[in-house]
Amino acid sequence: MQFMLLFSRQGKLRLQKWYVPLSDKEKKKITRELVQTVLARKPKMCSFLEWRDLKIVYKRYASLYFCCAIEDQDNELITLEIIHRYVELLDKYFGSVCELDIIFNFEKAYFILDEFLLGGEVQETSKKNVLKAIEQADLLQEKTENMYHSKSFMGCKKAY
Amino acid sequence: MPAVSKGDGMRGLAVFISDIRNCKSKEAEIKRINKELANIRSKFKGDKALDGYSKKKYVCKLLFIFLLGHDIDFGHMEAVNLLSSNRYTEKQIGYLFISVLVNSNSELIRLINNAIKNDLASRNPTFMGLALHCIANVGSREMAEAFAGEIPKILVAGDTMDSVKQSAALCLLRLYRTSPDLVPMGDWTSRVVHLLNDQHLGVVTAATSLITTLAQKNPEEFKTSVSLAVSRLSRIVTSASTDLQDYTYYFVPAPWLSVKLLRLLQCYPPPEDPAVRGRLTECLETILNKAQEPPKSKKVQHSNAKNAVLFEAISLIIHHDSEPNLLVRACNQLGQFLQHRETNLRYLALESMCTLASSEFSHEAVKTHIETVINALKTERDVSVRQRAVDLLYAMCDRSNAQQIVAEMLSYLETADYSIREEIVLKVAILAEKYAVDYTWYVDTILNLIRIAGDYVSEEVWYRVIQIVINRDDVQGYAAKTVFEALQAPACHENLVKVGGYILGEFGNLIAGDPRSSPLIQFNLLHSKFHLCSVPTRALLLSTYIKFVNLFPEVKTTIQDVLRSDSQLKNADVELQQRAVEYLRLSTVASTDILATVLEEMPPFPERESSILAKLKKKKGPNTVTDLEDAKRERSADVNGGPEPAPASAASTPSPSADLLGLGATPPAPVGPPPSSGGLLVDVFSDSPSAVAPLAPGSEDNFARFVCKNNGVLFENQLLQIGLKSEFRQNLGRMFIFYGNKTSTQFLNFTPTLICSDDLQTNLSLQTKPVDPTVDGGAQVQQVVNIECVSDFTEAPVLNIQFRYGGTFQNVSVKLPITLNKFFQPTEMASQDFFQRWKQLSSPQQEVQNIFKAKHPMDTEITKAKIIGFGSALLEDVDPNPANFVGAGIIHTKTTQIGCLLRLEPNLQAQMYRLTLRTSKETVSQRLCELLSEQF
Repeated sequence: MQFMLLFSRQGKLRLQKWYVPLSDKEKKKITRELVQTVLARKPKMCSFLEWRDLKIVYKRYASLYFCCAIEDQDNELITLEIIHRYVELLDKYFGSVCELDIIFNFEKAYFILDEFLLGGEVQETSKKNVLKAIEQADLLQEKTENMYHSKSFMGCKKAY
Repeated sequence: MPAVSKGDGMRGLAVFISDIRNCKSKEAEIKRINKELANIRSKFKGDKALDGYSKKKYVCKLLFIFLLGHDIDFGHMEAVNLLSSNRYTEKQIGYLFISVLVNSNSELIRLINNAIKNDLASRNPTFMGLALHCIANVGSREMAEAFAGEIPKILVAGDTMDSVKQSAALCLLRLYRTSPDLVPMGDWTSRVVHLLNDQHLGVVTAATSLITTLAQKNPEEFKTSVSLAVSRLSRIVTSASTDLQDYTYYFVPAPWLSVKLLRLLQCYPPPEDPAVRGRLTECLETILNKAQEPPKSKKVQHSNAKNAVLFEAISLIIHHDSEPNLLVRACNQLGQFLQHRETNLRYLALESMCTLASSEFSHEAVKTHIETVINALKTERDVSVRQRAVDLLYAMCDRSNAQQIVAEMLSYLETADYSIREEIVLKVAILAEKYAVDYTWYVDTILNLIRIAGDYVSEEVWYRVIQIVINRDDVQGYAAKTVFEALQAPACHENLVKVGGYILGEFGNLIAGDPRSSPLIQFNLLHSKFHLCSVPTRALLLSTYIKFVNLFPEVKTTIQDVLRSDSQLKNADVELQQRAVEYLRLSTVASTDILATVLEEMPPFPERESSILAKLKKKKGPNTVTDLEDAKRERSADVNGGPEPAPASAASTPSPSADLLGLGATPPAPVGPPPSSGGLLVDVFSDSPSAVAPLAPGSEDNFARFVCKNNGVLFENQLLQIGLKSEFRQNLGRMFIFYGNKTSTQFLNFTPTLICSDDLQTNLSLQTKPVDPTVDGGAQVQQVVNIECVSDFTEAPVLNIQFRYGGTFQNVSVKLPITLNKFFQPTEMASQDFFQRWKQLSSPQQEVQNIFKAKHPMDTEITKAKIIGFGSALLEDVDPNPANFVGAGIIHTKTTQIGCLLRLEPNLQAQMYRLTLRTSKETVSQRLCELLSEQF
């Protein structure tokens, strides 16, 4: 996998992970172009498209789009399930994840992703093992404060 | 799992994020951010030492600001400080900042590397994990330098925790991708392969990715992975759905690992060991069987995971291309998917079938789905799916279904999405040309293309139809009649005017007998379009008019009147004006004979690779097209002779900037008719970038250097180096071509092609395999060419290399030094024998002589070495004059052996040589003399 982007229906980027070295300028250009392309597609269309030399695999969960760029020989369907497993991991960790969780806890979203995918490859597919690693890390943390935000004004819960 | 009490409660961060979210406008957001940046800056610069928590909080805010799309130019030092914190959460944020915002500041990199080194040595698995994640995320060369030696040790050490092993494997993979030269192969490689047997499936999952990438570059070293991968795969596919516990995903056992193992196996040919091979076949059959079983769950995740494995298995089957039974089953399975209700599956089935269509075992099976695919083209609502259908139709096309497929594509074109029209036009044009039995059908098809999608018909397409009409006299009359009829339409596309103008100018006489298309009617018809056309088309029409003056003397005055009109003679466009003036003059002063010579019918075009095909390759990336083409060309060698590209040379590809008629420029040097028609012929068709680049500068010189030697560097520019190593014995030879990527960036779609003219192809047989289309930065790939000299030959093959570097398309051509003298066997003989044979070869055709000036210092030893390098024996004491050189040898070809004698007489005073070649075959004498003359 070359990169993964999470963005909202309004086109706001929520998470970006790049597994190939690119300049910031290039990253911004790619993001802009892809967000536009994907948002323009209709709901029933297929989840794959050719884009430059790459294949784009994307899926929408509630208000968030998850979008991965893979190479020619990579497997589209398994990538779709990479996305799904990541959503499951976030969901399990946050307990019914929503876009706000990812905005306010973006660093956690990154940590979970790093446990699951590393260098663009699947590192650990077992939900238990990934979450165990994250929990262990959480145990090492100081006492937690109350979360500042409430989720009630969210409205959009995850959709799988 | 507890409800979210995650996060370590950085209240300030949350407040800041809320503020940003509450901003009503972009300006307000920027204002808020600037305020925050100023605040952080002052805190970082302040006298009071910040505690770890504050540092973490501010670094995290910077990170958030960066992720919003703003530039961050400070805070790196604070982040680096966090790395050495003992608090896990501070360390973690520090690493996150570095991973996201790495910058090549060398001072910092050293500090970061230091922190990583400490964490790697800490033996604390959580810290080691963080450090490894950071290396894998950044993956810079500096990190590779620092850690590429260390990580393999961590990976294979007995006491490393599983989770650390997983991170180490993928970390190493990332470093290998960026800096393969820095990752040393060694003892660890065999131990890595054995990780395929590890009990922990997570470790196997991570290791498989690493092994796959390493095996692609070092297949020999990782060959043992094949049997291990097969047995692992076999255990997975036969396991019950609960056996693998948490590695079972929606009732599918370890789908990610299965896909990775199947991918690893695609680095290798089918296993040689019959037991392993049998086991693999069983696995593949099991996977195919499972596809027929009822689903264990209605969830889409279940079917996606199951089908992901199935598609990867089909890819492996296609890759092996050796089990007809499996190929046909794969094809049937894909056939089912073609009608599946899931759009994703239809898309993938169309995509996979494209590759199946190029296997000879399954081509016929793919063809049976033609109706479904055509239907997809008509009914799919998603343009990307329709695009796949077009690709598949193109791939499955052969002579038996070409008419149907072309007709369907044409009708689809009328409603096709604008974004894919040009590509369809190219495909139709290629198929119509390639599978035309009847060229009237071809002409009709192309005219239809122009009618339906004139705007998308690129120059290459209409150039090509003209080339073909000119080269085939059986279709010229029909073409003239058809374009004449098409031009009757009140509104026709300008491309049709171009084709019509050109064809009528050449072949209008063939239909002039019919009073309905008399010369005057033809002229009036064309001229009625004139004023609606662009300048280049008008220029072309003016050339048509002067050709009419030659073809039809009866319209001469009409045409002269047109040329003489102010709108022509005083046209503001200099090209049009010049043409009008010159043509008018030509028609007035030239006698009928001269006019007929000047405007003689075009000679046939030399066959070269279709410019349309080249264009499609460029559009789609050379690989996709070539593979299918090559496969098909083999299958249908008889079809239309397959346009064989002629070697590109400066002569056949004049500069694209040359004007249409060559009138403005100085006429080309070779003798020939006055500038008009000869120039037009070449220039009109050279405008498009030809498929094959002109020979690289210096190519001829390099070529000459290889006549007397076999190894060395053939070509080098800033990106690419091409080295050669070759050996020859009798009429056989083998050449190793080494392509070196001098940059640090991958070459993509790297496609070297050997190009031989028809003539050369019959005399010299070259066989080679395609190379990997990706050449990593700093890597070298090798290609072996097996050579057989069938009969003596003169030309040299051209090696054309196309690839993408960064965003640009690179195209390089060099002459490949396979020359006749390579098939020399030296023959020793005594003076008496030599002169006896010399006399026997005395007929004028057998001897070729060349007297030439020395280009290099006249050194006896170097000359001797060159003659030996040339391949003949150097005979001492044969020539009465000791200053002369005499050689003898036999040229071996498959059909005959040709005895050759040579004599080189230097003249030191004049700095000249006289070279005499005598062989039993004139062409051989000629060629050897040419080759050797260049050496001194």
